[in-house]
Amino acid sequence: MSSASAEIVFDHVTKRYAGREAAALDDLSLEIPAGTFCVLVGPSGGGKTTALKMVNRLIPFDSGEIRIDGRDIHELPLTELRRGIGYVIQQIGLFPHVTVAGNIGTVPGLLGWPRQKVAARTAELLELVGLEQADGKRYPAQLSGGQRQRVGLARALAADPPVLLMDEPFGALDPITRFRLQTELRRLHKEVGKTVIFVTHDVDEAIQMGDRIALLREGGVLAQYDTPDAILARPADDFVKQFVGEDRALRRLALRQLKDVALEPGSPDEPGPRVAAETTLRNAVSQMLETNTDRVVVVDGDRVLGVFRLSDAGALL
Amino acid sequence: MQGHWGDTLQPALVQHVELTAIAVGIGFALAFPLALLAHRYRPLEHPIGVLSALLYTIPSLALFQLLVPFTGLTWTTVEIALVSYTLVILFPNIVAGLHSAPDEVLEAARGMGLTRRQVLLKVELPLAVPAIVGGLRIAVVSTVAIATIAAFLLPDGLGYPIFLALKEPTPFKTEIYSAGALAVALALVCDGLLVALKRALVPWARKGLA
Repeated sequence: MSSASAEIVFDHVTKRYAGREAAALDDLSLEIPAGTFCVLVGPSGGGKTTALKMVNRLIPFDSGEIRIDGRDIHELPLTELRRGIGYVIQQIGLFPHVTVAGNIGTVPGLLGWPRQKVAARTAELLELVGLEQADGKRYPAQLSGGQRQRVGLARALAADPPVLLMDEPFGALDPITRFRLQTELRRLHKEVGKTVIFVTHDVDEAIQMGDRIALLREGGVLAQYDTPDAILARPADDFVKQFVGEDRALRRLALRQLKDVALEPGSPDEPGPRVAAETTLRNAVSQMLETNTDRVVVVDGDRVLGVFRLSDAGALL
Repeated sequence: MQGHWGDTLQPALVQHVELTAIAVGIGFALAFPLALLAHRYRPLEHPIGVLSALLYTIPSLALFQLLVPFTGLTWTTVEIALVSYTLVILFPNIVAGLHSAPDEVLEAARGMGLTRRQVLLKVELPLAVPAIVGGLRIAVVSTVAIATIAAFLLPDGLGYPIFLALKEPTPFKTEIYSAGALAVALALVCDGLLVALKRALVPWARKGLA
């Protein structure tokens, strides 16, 4: 599979709806490097979905420019632009009268791929998104919500577009399915390397998923654009502070695992609760609080890797 | 009933099928493009709907009376009336079917780069099939019933044996019962065929939830 991706640039993009005072999007400038997983997050009225739908021209804007790999999105014919952009929405919008395989093969079919190539690609995608080959023959109504969104994702990836737009794709799923799909999407992103724009109103999801987060506030104003860690460490203003929450120190700890930090050496019979190296710093601190200690012993199976102290966590923030 | 079959009932049944088929056929041929037009240009839906509903409010016999001076005692007169009625049933059903594609499905279709024409052919029309067949079922069944009144103008159709029997003084009128029963049977058979057609055309709804 190719891992083509493209840079996306919002260049002073503004959108106002007639009869409304506040702008839907106010002079948004954003550079999203190729291959970045960029999350647009913010309260409703922040214009995040509006910004997303401008990229595939479902929503027009008043001024400014959006460029994909340096080309104005208005240069291409509309249908050609859209066929080169994967699009996933919360309500999924699978064609109910078409089988799963038919849904996945929609854009390749529009692009005139030969049948065999479409079939091979469909089989590949079913596997990529964790569905059975037999599911290809089923109709959307026969699938669970989680399976349907997997099909939605496969359909968006079908023609291997360099850009993927995702509008609250997991918003309607139960928490367990949601977490599973979030994890898989991260893995998938590493694997296929698309430039992703992902809209959510959930700051936890934004922190978990994003390489970069663009935080939009009411009136479509960009409040901050940075990595999750930087946003948590150095919120630009009170709005950002409030939006990411008072527990931002803990949220930052959740971004890192014990195996990523320097540990104090420890002997094989080191006393203290043992935790796996994949544990997040946040969960390690939680363990310390729970067992009323100020240290945990980090292990990889039976092997002791070292000791992590409560004061180490504080020093990392 | 045996004695009537060859000379009366069988030809009447065939004529009745013809009356119905022509009416529904022409009605569909008119309603379908009108519905496409109303679907594409939404402001047209209401005026077309009102016009065809107005036709429906005219009682069949009164419509015959209006038409006979122009078209005479002919099949044309009967068909004009019958077609008007099928139009009123078919047009709104086809329009409703075309409108029935869920918003998110249309948004996904547009977002994937389907042209307007492709959205119509690949999404809206297939999703309209259940409503269209539903409209055809009502149109066929009601046309089978309404077509009996063609007998007021012509010696044709299953209405004619009934019409004749009503005029006879004999109290025991098998023609009424046998012709009436045939009309009911014809309606049921046509309806069954359309149900089978729908099941064949709409596998995605038949299979339901697994």
